[in-house]
Amino acid sequence: MYGRGLRALSISTVLALGAALSLVFFYAPLEADQGFLQKIFYVHVPLAIVALCGFVAGGVLAIQHLRTHDPRWDARSYVAIHMSLIFAVGTLITGSIWAKGSWGHWWVWSEPTLVSFLIVFLLYATYQPLRFAIEDPERQARYASVFAIAAGAFVPMNFIAVRLSTAYLHPRVLGDTSNLPGPMALTFLVSLGAFALLYLTLCRYELTAKHARSQLRRLRARVLEGQA
Amino acid sequence: MSAPTRTREAPAGDPAGTPREGARAEGPAAAAAAATGAARVGTERREQDAGAGARARTGMAAAVGALLRKELLVEVRTLESVPGMSLFAVSTFVVFHFALNRGSVTGQLAAGILWVTLLLAAMLGINRLFVADAEQGGFDGFLLAPVDGTALLVAKAGALAIYLVALELVAVPAFALLLLGSSLWQAMPALLGVLALADLGVALIGTLVAALAVRTRARDLLGPLMALPLLVPVVIGAARASAPLLQLGHAGAVGARWWATLALYDFVFALIAYALFDFLLED
Repeated sequence: MYGRGLRALSISTVLALGAALSLVFFYAPLEADQGFLQKIFYVHVPLAIVALCGFVAGGVLAIQHLRTHDPRWDARSYVAIHMSLIFAVGTLITGSIWAKGSWGHWWVWSEPTLVSFLIVFLLYATYQPLRFAIEDPERQARYASVFAIAAGAFVPMNFIAVRLSTAYLHPRVLGDTSNLPGPMALTFLVSLGAFALLYLTLCRYELTAKHARSQLRRLRARVLEGQA
Repeated sequence: MSAPTRTREAPAGDPAGTPREGARAEGPAAAAAAATGAARVGTERREQDAGAGARARTGMAAAVGALLRKELLVEVRTLESVPGMSLFAVSTFVVFHFALNRGSVTGQLAAGILWVTLLLAAMLGINRLFVADAEQGGFDGFLLAPVDGTALLVAKAGALAIYLVALELVAVPAFALLLLGSSLWQAMPALLGVLALADLGVALIGTLVAALAVRTRARDLLGPLMALPLLVPVVIGAARASAPLLQLGHAGAVGARWWATLALYDFVFALIAYALFDFLLED
């Protein structure tokens, strides 16, 4: 059941990523101010948006888990947060490269989005240590869900607070799509869609793998029981 | 329930350790029994009560009162949290003096030192908040009592807030004496407001995080690791709000947005803690 549709999803992800990258390199015009460097925007911003949505989705899935006590919701919440963490590492690295290229420093505290992102990342980095420090699987799932919900609610609040704390804001080169010229906006949207697909595909793969592993464990236990 | 805790008593040959260890071992178990008793009294009283709302309220208030009394009683008998937190804060000020190589600080730097110190001292209290309940059957005692889990949240957050106030009664004068370059008297009313709002936030988040971390293998590590990022908005609000208060000559007033940040954050986390705390008690 878990593996169904995985091939179609994988193929469409590869196609979408290919389309997004060709648009980035061959279609989107060079930005007047930053030149070629600006193209990292088509990777960095989609990664960040997908990671944040994934964190919040992990919280929503955790609510489902606490309501139904169904471990499958917990597995989904775990996978959503796990993948978001990996995307978040990618966001921080690409953001750092972009900052070095355009402002000359690997890290700038005056860019509130990047700073909030670091705080969110540091919080979620404790999700797995918390989870695997609890032995009882039922309690592990329940505590992880409580953490996921609190942290998911923290994400937007933290962005507001950090934004307030930055006295002066950098002129946002490309904040949202409304001030992007047409070809750039199209490239950005395709790229966002491609990264969202990539996220979904990776989540599905991890869920399938987890499911297969637990099935294998169950079968092995049954075989050993039969031998005994 | 008291049988296993008795065995934790220190050997009688240790004159310094005996009363403290004895009180510690008896404290949570006895007080949990007291809480159960109070709740039972509440149940009896409830049956005579007609209004359902009034019934819930008396039960809740009685339970919170009993639990809070137990917390404070255990703290007074064992002195586990507040003296350590206060001493830690004063030592940190001394360390800051040498690390910064400065005789006095003002403004944003002073606010930063004050809040980092208070936050780290609060971590000590947060780490210890549920340890006795987890190790000595306080959770079991509470779960046996027919009261809502929210009572424990309110009582623990209240106790932590009281510890924080006690900590600040020592730490803020010590800070003014040791490091602060300006006088505190004029800024006092606004600073008290900032302290109160920040304490509330630290108490709520600290209680939630402590309950999450206490039954894990690495609780001393996980508590601060989870609490620090969650408290960043509190630090932003509190440090930015108190910076003008610690300025030489009290240059500015506290910006309204910092009051709003702190109050809103406290409110949202109160809701989150209220919604989630029950799930941490379910077994």
